[in-house]
Amino acid sequence: MSLAKRIIPCLDVDAGRVVKGVQFVDIRDAGDPVEVARRYNQEGADEITFLDITASSDDRDTMVHVVEDVAREVFIPLTVGGGIREIADIRRLLNAGADKISINTAAVFNPEFVKQAADKFGSQCIVVAVDAKRVSADGEPGRWEIFTHGGRKPTGIDAIEWVRRMDAYGAGEILLTSMDRDGTRIGFDNELTRAVSRAVRVPVIASGGVGNLQHLADGILDGEADAVLAASIFHFGEYSIGEAKAHMRAQGIEVRDD
Amino acid sequence: MQTIAVVDYGMGNLRSVVNALELVTAGEARVILTSAPAEVLGADRVVFPGQGAAGDCMAAIDACGLREAVLEAAREKPFLGICMGMQVLIDYSEENGGTSCLGLFAGEVRYFGDSHRDLAGVRLKVPHMGWNRVTQTRPHPLWQSIADGSRFYFVHSFYLQIEDDDLAVGKTDYGFEFPCAIARDNLFALQCHPEKSATAGLQLLRNFVAWDGQA
Repeated sequence: MSLAKRIIPCLDVDAGRVVKGVQFVDIRDAGDPVEVARRYNQEGADEITFLDITASSDDRDTMVHVVEDVAREVFIPLTVGGGIREIADIRRLLNAGADKISINTAAVFNPEFVKQAADKFGSQCIVVAVDAKRVSADGEPGRWEIFTHGGRKPTGIDAIEWVRRMDAYGAGEILLTSMDRDGTRIGFDNELTRAVSRAVRVPVIASGGVGNLQHLADGILDGEADAVLAASIFHFGEYSIGEAKAHMRAQGIEVRDD
Repeated sequence: MQTIAVVDYGMGNLRSVVNALELVTAGEARVILTSAPAEVLGADRVVFPGQGAAGDCMAAIDACGLREAVLEAAREKPFLGICMGMQVLIDYSEENGGTSCLGLFAGEVRYFGDSHRDLAGVRLKVPHMGWNRVTQTRPHPLWQSIADGSRFYFVHSFYLQIEDDDLAVGKTDYGFEFPCAIARDNLFALQCHPEKSATAGLQLLRNFVAWDGQA
């Protein structure tokens, strides 16, 4: 086995600047996306994910320019998500230099959109972002539901059934965020991650809750994720990507170190 | 100034390929993204990328009238196939219920399967996505200054089986070993994405743009 587990820093981008929401409320500025992407690339990030959290549609074009600028100097895979509604949105970002497009809310409201997108551009560039929240009571077997609107609105859709469906519809990868853990820094919901990872054929990226390097390792070892995503622990210089990889390697996890 | 044609037949994001070639040539070459057969034939070297499904790719190549130009370029000038641009050089792909391809190499492109496992029985995700090691199985000018076993970025669900194993220049292991780079004369093709493979990938592209096409 020689495929490396991936470490993916995530940059939340609002009107062209990197920010990180703590449970989508307390947002702090962490800099210029091109600068941050360049630094992560130098540190050995395996991919970079941009999440466009811009509210106004006027500023949407800003993201296209961010991607263009980053793609000119950073030669690792770039994923862009946030506000993807139409085939034209996907085409615009791919043409700007994105490699994968992450679809979230639009998939929930119109699952066929995932099918159309995968048919049109290939599964390799379609990531389905899944926001899941635990709905089972303590002591019960884990059960999670898909939520929208930053974790505020339940949909009644069972998370495991949903990821299986998205896999069947042509998602090339699942970006799984635990809405219970996002912003808490107490670690991934590894029970959720494991359940999702076992339910689908495609790779699963664990997201939501990373507060230290052991959390990243746990996402792989306990959560059985194929990749781990984090934002704030990297943005504020607490840990470098290199330190994260060294920590994971020390626990027998294969990482890319060249 | 040399011209490098990146063949654009509407399959996938070619911006990164162009960006990477522009970076490694640093203004010393003209990099064109083209779907015009005459421009492909007029270029000094040709990059043939591709993403998506084999059936769609073959249909798009024919819809653009590019089949003959691609075949001729692949016979005559330094030619680099990437990802689907490698797979469609083979006789046949089992994707889309069976797709007849360009037939430059004897072999088949096959699906990893819905329950792909390694030898120890551990389930492997499909697509094979991420950074895997490329073992250089024989020397080649395009491997220059790239350490044997360097990691490249892969994303694919189908893999190559070639009849003549000597054509492999690189192999990778995902449950089993398969050829991830093949070469013959002026042609080099690989499954992984050099334009997304950081230092090693850029070095491979640098080697390609300096290559005289001799194996």
